[in-house]
Amino acid sequence: MRRQLPFVLVFLSGFFMIFQYFVPHQKSEFVYEFLLDWLTIIGGFAMALGIWSLIRVSYDRIKRQRENWGYSVITLTGLFLMMFFGITNWEDGSFGVYIYTAEGLSNSMFVHFFDFILIPIQATMFSLLAFFIASAAYRAFRARSVIASLLLLAALIVMMRFNPIFGAWIETVANWLMNVPNLAAQRAIVIGLGLGMVATALKIILGIERGYMGQG
Amino acid sequence: MMFDSPMLLLLTAGSGATVGTYIGLAIIVLGLLALLYTSIKAIEVDRRIVFLFIFVAVSIPILFPITFEEKATPVVKRIFDKIESLPEGSRILLSFDFDPAMAPEVQPMADAVMRHALAKNHRVIFMSLWATGQGLLDRTMQRILPNEFPDKVDGVDFASVGYTAGNEGVLNVIVSDFKKMFPSDANSIPLDSLPVFNRFSSCKDLDLVVTFGGGKPGAKEWVLFVGDKANVPVAVGVAAVVAPQMYPYFPNQVLGIMGGIKGAAEYESELIKHYPQFAEQPTPGMVMMGPQTLAHIVIIAFIVFGNVAYFFGRRREEKP
Repeated sequence: MRRQLPFVLVFLSGFFMIFQYFVPHQKSEFVYEFLLDWLTIIGGFAMALGIWSLIRVSYDRIKRQRENWGYSVITLTGLFLMMFFGITNWEDGSFGVYIYTAEGLSNSMFVHFFDFILIPIQATMFSLLAFFIASAAYRAFRARSVIASLLLLAALIVMMRFNPIFGAWIETVANWLMNVPNLAAQRAIVIGLGLGMVATALKIILGIERGYMGQG
Repeated sequence: MMFDSPMLLLLTAGSGATVGTYIGLAIIVLGLLALLYTSIKAIEVDRRIVFLFIFVAVSIPILFPITFEEKATPVVKRIFDKIESLPEGSRILLSFDFDPAMAPEVQPMADAVMRHALAKNHRVIFMSLWATGQGLLDRTMQRILPNEFPDKVDGVDFASVGYTAGNEGVLNVIVSDFKKMFPSDANSIPLDSLPVFNRFSSCKDLDLVVTFGGGKPGAKEWVLFVGDKANVPVAVGVAAVVAPQMYPYFPNQVLGIMGGIKGAAEYESELIKHYPQFAEQPTPGMVMMGPQTLAHIVIIAFIVFGNVAYFFGRRREEKP
């Protein structure tokens, strides 16, 4: 039963999803939308589960004073502070807790934490990429073979496209690169991926692939 | 300092150039020449030197702004033309599907498209598939709406439904029933009481969707779950690194693509050309083209130097 029940559920759900896509009907759409509600509920629970998992892992690290446990203190402090500020507001002189409405999101502390901590942190992390990309490009883009030379040339042309100073000719060449070879390769990848997904889905629906049940 | 011709940056520094610009450019050029010399000697450049050059190349145009004349490429102009050609009062949905890390690239195009849609008197619906996107959306609305569009009324000319959890599941629902996923707007006002949502039930009632982002869920999900299913035109504004992945969907499934700062700068230039009132407003896309251009030139130079060092190094090894 432990094996058959999940298989039957997966088979019925998968078959129904295929059926409703190709045979749209009021009744099948009703069931489809009902299942989509479940998706949203599961999404909400997944977020709660993620938060719970973060708290457990961080708490455990602090309790056992593992390496870099101080970062876990900062993680939990940030988490609880943002949660607290996100559901409270005292802008009009009176303190209030808002669980179901969005007043908490305009709490000045919530906004300031987002504007002056999260935004600069994430922007800084992303900005650092420029330095690493420059260093990696210097070391990796070498004309070691014909294929590597082609890659190098294409990369240079596409990069030059972003620079207005190189003129219209480079844009024409770069647009051709993007619209012809890039498009062909990307479409091939997308179609290949799509077919692979269909094949995998069919294997799961038909019970050939049972990895999701912890079996090979 | 404005470069309006496709000539070499270093030779065309116009009369408006500041001393700082010249000094900065001279430092970069002399430094690169010195590195070229070391590369010919087959000496590899230390990565800290690469970092230093990138830092200088990005800093100079920030301290002494350099801007370029931009012209919208067809892939960007199609988005502008679509918004321009829609009759007044059309419903356009702008989805802020990005986080602060992506914001420097994507925010300028979101600003420009928002200004354009509102200036054209379209009804604009804002939303986000990313939790961090709502904060950025709120900031954008607070920054632009009261100052530039004081006559526009929340709920009548525009509305924000904010963020809701569910990723592509959200799209799967709103494509057939928008109010099921968003019963109220970001201010907790029921959508049924807002005029902007009159005779609006699902994404099928939209005239255009413009999504800004680069991650997942984002542009691709909008195309797959909404654009195709609801037969709504979808335009995308994405980080430069994601733009090539969107080309397979262009031009049938994706109306147009704004890729990175360049795409934003092109849209801004087109907007200013048609709506001169926005010439006084910030154009971060065009401003950021300066640092990006110089940084790209430095990276291109380093790629060339790397190959010079590699070539001369190999020749030296081959010599008996």
